Amino acid sequence: MSIILDHVNYIYEAGTAMEYAALKDVCLTIPDGQFIGLIGHTGSGKSTLVQHLNGLLAPTSGNVYYNGADIHDSDYNRKELRSKVGLVFQYPEHQLFEIDVFSDVCYGPKNLGLDKKETELRAYAALKQVGLEDDFFYQSPFDLSGGQKRRVAIAGVLAMKPEVLILDEPTAGLDPKGRDEILDQIAKLREETGMTVILVSHSMEDVAKYVDRIIVMNKGQVMFDDVPKEVFRHYKELEEVGLAAPQVTYIMQALKENGLPVDTDITTIEEAKTAILQALNR
Amino acid sequence: MGIIETKDLVFEYIRRDEEGNVEGITRAVDGVNLNVNQGDFIAILGHNGSGKSTLAKHINAILYPTEGTVWVDGKDTSDDANLWEVRQKAGMVFQNPDNQIIGQVVEEDVGFGPENLGVPTEEIWERVKESLKAVGMYEFRKHSPNKLSGGQKQRVSIAGVIAMHPKCIVLDEPTAMLDPNGRKEVIRATRALNDVEEITVILITHYMEEIIHANKVFVMDKGKVAMEGTPKEIFSQVDKLKSLRLDVPQVTLLAHELRKSGVAIPEGILTREELVAALGLGKR
Repeated sequence: MSIILDHVNYIYEAGTAMEYAALKDVCLTIPDGQFIGLIGHTGSGKSTLVQHLNGLLAPTSGNVYYNGADIHDSDYNRKELRSKVGLVFQYPEHQLFEIDVFSDVCYGPKNLGLDKKETELRAYAALKQVGLEDDFFYQSPFDLSGGQKRRVAIAGVLAMKPEVLILDEPTAGLDPKGRDEILDQIAKLREETGMTVILVSHSMEDVAKYVDRIIVMNKGQVMFDDVPKEVFRHYKELEEVGLAAPQVTYIMQALKENGLPVDTDITTIEEAKTAILQALNR
Repeated sequence: MGIIETKDLVFEYIRRDEEGNVEGITRAVDGVNLNVNQGDFIAILGHNGSGKSTLAKHINAILYPTEGTVWVDGKDTSDDANLWEVRQKAGMVFQNPDNQIIGQVVEEDVGFGPENLGVPTEEIWERVKESLKAVGMYEFRKHSPNKLSGGQKQRVSIAGVIAMHPKCIVLDEPTAMLDPNGRKEVIRATRALNDVEEITVILITHYMEEIIHANKVFVMDKGKVAMEGTPKEIFSQVDKLKSLRLDVPQVTLLAHELRKSGVAIPEGILTREELVAALGLGKR
């Protein structure tokens, strides 16, 4: 089972003077259970791309298939698709609105038409999945910290039991600990449930640490699509399009240039430490 | 006296329930004493909810102290008679670029501040020109702000503040919403202002690597200043920072990990060059 984008083009305001191609001939296959990092500078087409995955936008030309079915067929149930492909927008806490945390998380499953018991069970499980303590359940979501609010918002999507979870910069504005906590939680969740996770991020360090595949968007096209090590090997091309390699990759390059025999395609601190210790003891 | 000084600054806000009854009092800033000299580059770190933004809002009189005093260039911010002068001397740039640009054209947006100060028209244009040049956005002066990238918009916001000829600029997480290039552009522009124009900079951020060039770092926790020192002094305390929900730059963390594994290098390494030197590599 998978999501397939087949020659997808998307043009904003087609036929006007403002016409702008946001996606150009995008072909991608996203199999079940992958942890994908989607990177690209502002305006590269990332957000337009993710909105195609749950049918919020329809391609100007080309097709999007979910588990083999074309999601824009006239008889396709797109409402159901949106519960299967959960999208957590940037600053999702701005969308909290209920009087307490628990009711807010219940909103999604309730709208799916589930009965009260099932709705509440799902809300409870989702809040547990994001690691929120019971003490907070009946507080107003507006009294929580930034990191907690964001967890509640993510729980709201998880309560729909999505098969694919898309997060658009889930850590923007969080402190470093809050950032690690959210990403660790998502990684754990993915291991436990086997769901597909697509992480849109501006942090190369986070992407390098967590994902097993990186898709790089530039000017509406897929520029690279590979494992992190291979993608970050192209750090010069990435820099040209407003991106970069993780800082640790540049550290390894500096060490190598100065005579330490280490690999330069290293993307995490852990790998770097091992490689440097080995090189020093040689 | 420094350009910014706070004495025993306390700020409390009152939490109310839906009927408006007082539920409790939160002390967001709790006895902060700061002394910032003209021309300093100051960084303020702290986890979400540590009080750093509340503190920053006192510097241009968006908030007034519950107790204690804040002086900007010697003027007490809680005296209404000083309000305009305080806001002109200490400008502020916020996190979201889309919330702080109002003009239809870049140069109009930048001219908005000095126009409100009653600066003569000819001088406004002069100020707009020099401010946009200072942040490297002069060639975009006729553009619509809507068409700019996040980093470019933030630089326009910064130019709008500089056009008011402030002595001090406070930036509250100016890079939180930007891509890597945008972050680099904004930090570079900020450093140039400090180096070339000698404007005092107070930078609040969650990106540790942005502040390694600061003269001084304050770390906030529970409304108090928990740590204070040079970047080297602060980043030498990896475990303490982690306990305050913060982090260190990747190079500092890597050096710290190597040190724990028995490699003889000092704590507080802030750049690749320092790591190369500490490992005894490179041209000797």
